[in-house]
Amino acid sequence: MCLGIPGEVVEIVDPVRQLAKVDVAGVRRNINYGLLEDEGVVAGDWVLIHVGFAMSKIDEVEAELAMQGLKMMGQAYEDEVRAVVDSQIG
Amino acid sequence: MRFVDEYRDPAAARALVAQITELVGDDHFKFMEVCGGHTHTIYRHGIEHLLPGGVELVHGPGCPVCVIPMGRIDDAIAVAEEPGVIFTTFGDMMRVPGSTGNLLAAKARGADVRFVYSPLDALRMAVENPAREVVFFAVGFETTAPSTAVTLLRARQEAVRNFTVFSNHVTIVPPIKAILESPDLRLDGFIGPGHVSTVVGQRPYRFVPEVYGKPLVTAGFEPLDILQAIEMLLLQIRQGRCCVENQYTRCVREEGNPRALEILAEVFELRPHFEWRGLGFISQSALKLRSEFAEFDAELRFTVPGVRVADPKACQCGEVLKGVIKPWECKVFGTACTPETPIGTCMVSSEGACAAYYNFGRLHREVAIGVGSKR
Repeated sequence: MCLGIPGEVVEIVDPVRQLAKVDVAGVRRNINYGLLEDEGVVAGDWVLIHVGFAMSKIDEVEAELAMQGLKMMGQAYEDEVRAVVDSQIG
Repeated sequence: MRFVDEYRDPAAARALVAQITELVGDDHFKFMEVCGGHTHTIYRHGIEHLLPGGVELVHGPGCPVCVIPMGRIDDAIAVAEEPGVIFTTFGDMMRVPGSTGNLLAAKARGADVRFVYSPLDALRMAVENPAREVVFFAVGFETTAPSTAVTLLRARQEAVRNFTVFSNHVTIVPPIKAILESPDLRLDGFIGPGHVSTVVGQRPYRFVPEVYGKPLVTAGFEPLDILQAIEMLLLQIRQGRCCVENQYTRCVREEGNPRALEILAEVFELRPHFEWRGLGFISQSALKLRSEFAEFDAELRFTVPGVRVADPKACQCGEVLKGVIKPWECKVFGTACTPETPIGTCMVSSEGACAAYYNFGRLHREVAIGVGSKR
């Protein structure tokens, strides 16, 4: 459950609730970026996501490599993506 | 080197293995990977079989699902079975056995138990079901606890009155200390947890070299990360250094995430004691909601039995969690205890040492024996 999954911030949807829409493996869902408020999050940023929260910023190359690494994990990766797909944070 | 071909950069993996082999020489080193995510990577990619015989990896207690004691599962089930409750949990927790069954069985008996990906999904359910009581079963180390904290701040801000949290959040330093104090284990160093460290940073681990004289290297979750961390540990030892180092610099900063730590401190406080499966009671090792958040505390809103339940006699999760025995050395491993019908928590989560070894390790071991001499 401690896997993080990389996603690209597509847009800030609610600055008050600190929600951003991210693209994770082609799926778009909302996440909370409150834990990164000191750094600021904007569209185009890549973040590492854990249980619906952006945990840290990463660069795009790293995100791509991390995704490849996750895919090598097989079932654990698929479970994580399925969980993200089921999420409806609003 | 069959497995290496599956790695992102096989040439780099080979080079690291060669370097590790040279550093080890004829000596023997025992390193603990604290984090369950690392355990998963190690078994998934057969890392143990790439390493020279002089490097032994011991699997640590950093699997939040694995360390929840049976009594807390019984408490969770008691809350889930209260009338009107929607009990929300991460999928991993559904099959963790309590003394009389797991949450999945409670669901089959009629309790409304639902998977969620995020505590924010649980909060949304509360908003959408104002006539129901929504409880979130919070587990996890400092990686996950800030997410619960942010969710609670939002619940308070939006005055969501039918949302509570059953907190089982734990902290990473006390179990590392408990293991260092344990007489049954002699370790030469630690592979420090990755994502916990994005929150807590590197400073909390300084006592490991300073008080106990053991090196610690925080690592990422890919096979190359683990190999590099092992190389860094060996380099420290061979160069006569002993400190906290960071292999996972792309995600972990020295100071961690100060904002996350601030939010954690605002919402949670340390419990005087908390029971860990297999490790017993460890003082100041878990988080409860501060009194300012009492209205969101499931342990105050509902009657939880709070009864301590001893682990099943046959189960040796405690020894596995402390790294005293390997998963396959447990008496019930793979026979009475499997991922389908787990007796102990280490067989439940995919990050548990037993499940990881059951799913991948056996296979790799057989293949490795087949490739043998090429190692």
